[in-house]
This record gives sequence, C-alpha cells and structure tokens, in this order.
Amino acid sequence: MTDHFGRVDIRLQRDDFELAVDFAIPAKGVTGIFGSSGCGKTSLLRCIAGLEHGATGRIQVNGDSWLDSVNGKRLSPAERAIGYVFQDGRLFPHKSVRNNLLYGEARRGSRAAIASLDDVVDLLGIGNLLERKPAALSGGEQQRVAIGRALLSAPRLMLMDEPLANLDRARKREILPYLDRLHAELRVPMLYVSHSFGEVARLCDHLLLLEKGRVQAAGELETLLADLDLGETLGDMAGAVLPVTSLGWREDEGLSRLHIDGMELRVPERLEAGELRLRILASDVSIVVGEPAASSILNVMPATIIDWRNVGDAMVLVRLSLAGRHLLARISRASLVQLKLLQGQAVHVQIKGAAIRR
Amino acid sequence: MYEDLPFRFSGFGPLLLSIQLGAVTTVLLLIVGTPLAFWLARLRSRWKIPLEAIVALPLVLPPTVLGFYLLVLLGPGGGIGKWWFELTGSTLTFSFSGLVVASMLYSLPFVVQPIQNAFEAVGRRYDEAAAVLGASRIDTFFTVTAPLAVRGFLTALIMGFAHTLGEFGVVLMVGGNIPGETRVISIAIYDHVESLNYGAAHVTSAILLVFSFIVMLTMYAINRRWRHD
Repeated sequence: MTDHFGRVDIRLQRDDFELAVDFAIPAKGVTGIFGSSGCGKTSLLRCIAGLEHGATGRIQVNGDSWLDSVNGKRLSPAERAIGYVFQDGRLFPHKSVRNNLLYGEARRGSRAAIASLDDVVDLLGIGNLLERKPAALSGGEQQRVAIGRALLSAPRLMLMDEPLANLDRARKREILPYLDRLHAELRVPMLYVSHSFGEVARLCDHLLLLEKGRVQAAGELETLLADLDLGETLGDMAGAVLPVTSLGWREDEGLSRLHIDGMELRVPERLEAGELRLRILASDVSIVVGEPAASSILNVMPATIIDWRNVGDAMVLVRLSLAGRHLLARISRASLVQLKLLQGQAVHVQIKGAAIRR
Repeated sequence: MYEDLPFRFSGFGPLLLSIQLGAVTTVLLLIVGTPLAFWLARLRSRWKIPLEAIVALPLVLPPTVLGFYLLVLLGPGGGIGKWWFELTGSTLTFSFSGLVVASMLYSLPFVVQPIQNAFEAVGRRYDEAAAVLGASRIDTFFTVTAPLAVRGFLTALIMGFAHTLGEFGVVLMVGGNIPGETRVISIAIYDHVESLNYGAAHVTSAILLVFSFIVMLTMYAINRRWRHD
C-alpha cells in the first residue's frame, strides 16, 4: 500500500495488558476498528489522539509526525489535527449547542475548514438545537452535536469511539442515516471503533480486527469478511458485504428488486432506489445441489464452490462465487459429506430474503 | 461620635477592618489556592495524601499553635519577617500585612478543599474534550475546567471569608490589638468583655452576628440559584 495516508506503529504497556499495533491508515473512507471489549480499541484511538501519555512508537499522519518517541517527539492532543467523538459525547454542559460547535472552530489555527457551521448544521440536522444547553438534548442529538463539533475543528483524521454505544435502538436508528451521509460526503479519513458488527458492516470500507491488543487482520471490509481464515474469529458474523443497486419497492409484488452484476435479488422490505450495501451472513446461505425445488425462499441463484474451511468441530464455511463476487455459506460438515461437494462444482445458493440488510 | 451611648462603643472600625482583612485574604487565597487545588486534584502520586494532610492542618491545629509559629517566623528575627523588613522597612508582626499572611495560612484549607473537590468532581473528561478540539491547557482551564467548578469557587469564597471574619486566636498572637491596624471585630469584643463593658460587647457581637447572617444568606441564595440554572 503506497497511497496510505498515515501509519500507526505504537505500543502501550498497562499492568495487565499490552497494546502493540502497526497498521496503515487508508487515505479514503472509514476504517472500522473491531474487536471484543477489552481488546484495546479505545486505547488505540486514545493513543492516536495523544491522550495516553504512556504510548511509545511512531504516528505519522498526512505527512506530519505526531509521535516519534525514539527522537523524543510527541505532539499534544491540541496540536494533532484530529476530530474525536467520545462514546459519552462530552459536550460542555455550561455552553449552548452553538458555542459547543464553535469551540473547536475557534481553535483550529491555520488549518483550512472542511465544513462551515451551516454545512454541519445542515448535514446533521441540528438547526433547531443551537440555542439549547446539552442537558436538554436526547442522547442521539448530543452525539450529532459532538460529531459536528469535531468536524468544525478542521480535522485531518476523524476518530470515533463507539459513538452509538450508549444509545438505545431507536436512537441508533435515528443517528445512523446521518453517519451514512457523513460517510458519503466527508473527504476526511475516519477510524470508527465499534463492537457492533452491524455498524461496521454498514459504515466502513476497511476493517482492522483487534484481538488482545494485537492486529489480527487489516484490509478491505469485503475481502476480510469473506476470508475463510477469519471464520473462527468472526463466528456468526462471517458473511459477505455486497454493493448492489436497488430498483426500489414494487407495491404489486410486495418486495424490492436489487441488482448485482446482472443478477437479481428480491427483498420483502421497503427499500429506496439507489446504491446499497447488502450484508449476507454465512449462516443465512444454504447450498442446493441439482435443480432447486419450489421453495418459500425468495432468492435461489446459481453459484460456484471455490473452497471451504472447517470452523469448530461440526461446521464448515464454504466460499462461493456469485456473479464474480464472493459469498460465504455456513453449513454442517455432515452436509458437506452427504452432498459430496467439490471445488469448482456448480450449485445453487438459497439466500433468505430477511437476511439481506443494509 | 458615640458619646450618647450609655457605654464606651468603639464604633464600626473593627468591623470594617475585619471585612477588609476577610476580603484581601480571600482574594489572595483564591489566586494562590486555585493552582494548588488544581495541582492536588490532578496529582497521581503517593505524595498526594501527605500533601493533603498538610493543607488540612489548620483545621485541627489550635490557633495559638499556628499563631505562635507565625509570631516566630514573621517576627523581625524570623526568616520571613527579616526578609520582609529588609524589603519594606516595616515588621510583619503587629501589622495588617502580617494579619493577612497569618489569615491566609489559617483559612487555606477552607479555600483549597472546596475548589479541589470541585475539580475532582469535574474530572478529566471535559479537559480531554477541550484538548482534542485544539485548546491549550491554560485555555482549557479558563474556558472549561474553572467554569464547571464554579460552585466550588463560590463555596471557597464563602468559607474563606467567613472563617477569616471569625478569626481570633491567630490574630491575638500575631497582630495584637492596635486600633485601625490589627484590632479586628473579634478582638474588640474580647477587649470589651475584659474591661467588663458588656453593653459594647453586646452591640459589637450583634453587629457581627447580623452581618455574618446576611453574608451567608446572600451567598447561599446565589449558590442555590446557580444550582437550578
């Protein structure tokens, strides 16, 4: 990777835990930092922000050195061009929403703005909140303001630490469309820490898998999720994320039609026309040998078996090619033997319509 | 001026001197005590507890003990007193300046502790939020940390002022009883009682009682309003 925008190679020693990671920050898009709780996701983000004084190593972002402990260089958090969104928002309780938003803008120094107050207010839908105090906002509103405040400080790197973790499901649903817009419109690279696989699959382009303070895998989201070697780690979350074009909802049929490289998927869900990302879990895909019989499952499509890997004692993760894209199916080892599946074999896959998600 | 009274009344001089002493002491203590309180609140060292114990000493020490050490230290032969004499040509003991120094030590915990508690309650969360938004430490302190700890400052102001106003033992040891210089209201009352002038003692005590009540009432009312803001 030559076009990378930054590199993080750091260590942080704690009493019972060591973080030691080395990875490249992609120049574009959102990188999900994913792992179980206690794996060091938040510590990693805090090290990059300069909030962990014990961190050693090197951090290079956008041509600037933020940390170079060998040469005794360490920029303070204020000197690093970051936009940090904390899990708990941390809006200043004594300032109005407007003054919270302007706090970072007034201190961005010589950096060119990436968004104006009007842009941010419009992007995040917070125009009617400007004169209120943070205590008068809902959790979702607070996080939207916190994101806006970070954007207005003209960051060169956005760091989001589980911004949705403290919100209930309804609030998450309320804020996710704004994060989609941010993803689509923001030109600044973003690191997004989460332990929710749904969020990562929906929002991220790249993925960094952390386990016990170490990088387990890093790369493009679609590639990693379909990586058989990670099947064990990903468990129930293994599956494919496919970019599709939605043709919109058909009232007469009661479903939405989606196209993926000439193939058609049907989803009994009201979807807008446009570009979407579908997440198809391996556990929601089954394999049929021979002509598929009539079935209540909407999507039955031809596919080719590429290879497979054992996951645990009883299950197998099978990688298939569907219109040139990779798809994973999680089936029992007994089925694999019974169906006499072979590499390169042409089969059909059944995808439960309900498994198709944004 | 007070010849018509049936007893010898020394006037409002001692009260005004007490108020002056309280005001000067409190302002100086806020200036000195705030950095100390902030430092103690953020300190993560095994020295924190001994340091806190030292700051708290005037709470338990008899005023005469504090007064005695101060008398020695501030006197013309003592370290600070000698330095002060060379600097200003006047002695610290039995002077208003000496009273201010003594009162600052005596009231130190009453100012430092509420501010430190407030800083600890605010925590580092908002400091970090300000830092990642590009604010320097000083900037963060004045725009975020201190405004969030404002009630601690108010408590410190009330306690520091009220405690200095009620000071007696230390003043007697260090300041003596010089009208207009060190004769604060508590000394005046003691003086009246000593000379069996109970009438004047009554009036002076009542003035202090009413004044103290008004100060407390005002400050608590302000504090209460901020709480509901």
